[in-house]
Amino acid sequence: MSKKQEDVRFAKFGTVSFTKTTKVNDFIDYLENGKVMYTHCKACNADFFPPRADCCGCLSSTMEWKEVTGKGKLVSYSQLTFAPVGFEGDIPYTIAMVDYGDYQVFGRLDSGLTPETVSVGTEMTTRVNTLPNGQLNYVFQKA
Amino acid sequence: MKKVAIIGVGQSAFVRKYPGSIRELAFEGFKEAVTDAGITAKDIDASVFCSAPEYDKQRSPSAVIAEYLGLNPQPTFYVESLCSSSSTGLKLAYSMVASGAHDVVAVIGLQKMSEISSAESQERMGRGADIQWESPFGTMMPAYYAMHAQAHMAKYGTTLEDLAAVRVKAATYGQINDRAVYRKAVTPEMFTNPEDMMSNLVSSPLRVGDCCANADGTSCLIVASEEKAKLFSKKPVWILGVGAASASVNLTGRDKLYGLKAAEQAAQAAYKMAGVGPKDIDVAEVHDCFTIAELLAYEALGFAEPGGAKDLIRGKETYKEGSIPVNVDGGLLSKGHPIGATGGSQVRTIVLQLRGEAGDMQVKDPQIGLVHNIGGVGIYGNVTILGNQ
Repeated sequence: MSKKQEDVRFAKFGTVSFTKTTKVNDFIDYLENGKVMYTHCKACNADFFPPRADCCGCLSSTMEWKEVTGKGKLVSYSQLTFAPVGFEGDIPYTIAMVDYGDYQVFGRLDSGLTPETVSVGTEMTTRVNTLPNGQLNYVFQKA
Repeated sequence: MKKVAIIGVGQSAFVRKYPGSIRELAFEGFKEAVTDAGITAKDIDASVFCSAPEYDKQRSPSAVIAEYLGLNPQPTFYVESLCSSSSTGLKLAYSMVASGAHDVVAVIGLQKMSEISSAESQERMGRGADIQWESPFGTMMPAYYAMHAQAHMAKYGTTLEDLAAVRVKAATYGQINDRAVYRKAVTPEMFTNPEDMMSNLVSSPLRVGDCCANADGTSCLIVASEEKAKLFSKKPVWILGVGAASASVNLTGRDKLYGLKAAEQAAQAAYKMAGVGPKDIDVAEVHDCFTIAELLAYEALGFAEPGGAKDLIRGKETYKEGSIPVNVDGGLLSKGHPIGATGGSQVRTIVLQLRGEAGDMQVKDPQIGLVHNIGGVGIYGNVTILGNQ
């Protein structure tokens, strides 16, 4: 990539992305390779989801990527039947958060999963998802 | 610390669509507040304007509003903390007066939400969350609070009927508040009747009836030093405690979704500063943008133990005649929620209560009142304690 080219990889995140450029643009490359990643501070061992480039605990910017793997527990969820502008085509969809212990992940339930089949505490896994418009996000499935 | 009082309060009617510009809307609350205080614009040293800027087409609206209200050449400031902007403005005004920098400060809260559509409004409010990591999933305020409702119901056994009961209480008082946008009665049966709009799901488990409405409106508070309060006002209401806290925007940074930690921390700070506790509060206004938010507030403020909010509403303890009257002006659920004006409107209600001037909404002889005002989904917590001594 030439110096004059803007790195806008993050524009590919989610149904509608409101951010194009970030120091953690590599997150998108990982998604394209089927991996959902978080960052780990090599200086103080703090874990961050969502991923961040800078550690607010020790002020280090030496991060390494680690993969979200294994099972987490569903913290909560809600199915939307009314959506903000730009998301109407996705209705109904269910936003949710999963607790992995050292970090939590916010996202959506897999569209093939109805909210009636899960409850707070259900064990979940996280996988990369390609949206109908070609954008990328990640979703939770029952473990 | 010097004593600081509120000597004037004002509020427009909250309406679905205000037929005028933002400066004209601001004039309505300002006129009522300065008339209430018995002062003129020349007596005001500084002004703090409070709104959520994404609704304002005017850049730096404090400037045009200060001009329209005759508040030049005094300094004017602009502050934003989403739905708690005017509580933040009051905390700043308190600090400005307590420090001795100013003697009389006007806190003007305002929002004209009707200039954009409801869907656009939801999209903007969704962007009150983290636009990089959460908004791309299609978030919006009702959905975030719905996640809190789901978590509270799972943790404590709170029910859909409990949520409906909060709206029924709100409507009881909304009917007698001529400044409220929603003034009809609401019954529990409306939430179970599929033909009734109140029962329509917005974001599970929250239904239309669980949500407050967007509105246009303004509020104004005149904050004064002890010397000026005694000079101008026969019934100053004293600011006893101003607590504020913040929490992570990303839900992933929260340690629980069955409560709002920033509200709990703001309450602790305000109680400590005022030297009082939950049992000393005679009347309260809490941020009921959604029915679940009122139940979360009961617990954050210590009116109920964790999980005990449902028992307060089931026992009607937060009605006007109950042990701790809450939102007896109809709350946001009835009044509507013009973002930047809401906190000032809540404060106005408590000031009128402490002065014994709340009309049909008046509770019996309150001495200490409390305002709980939340920005975003628990991002900004603000608790203000007021007293008539």
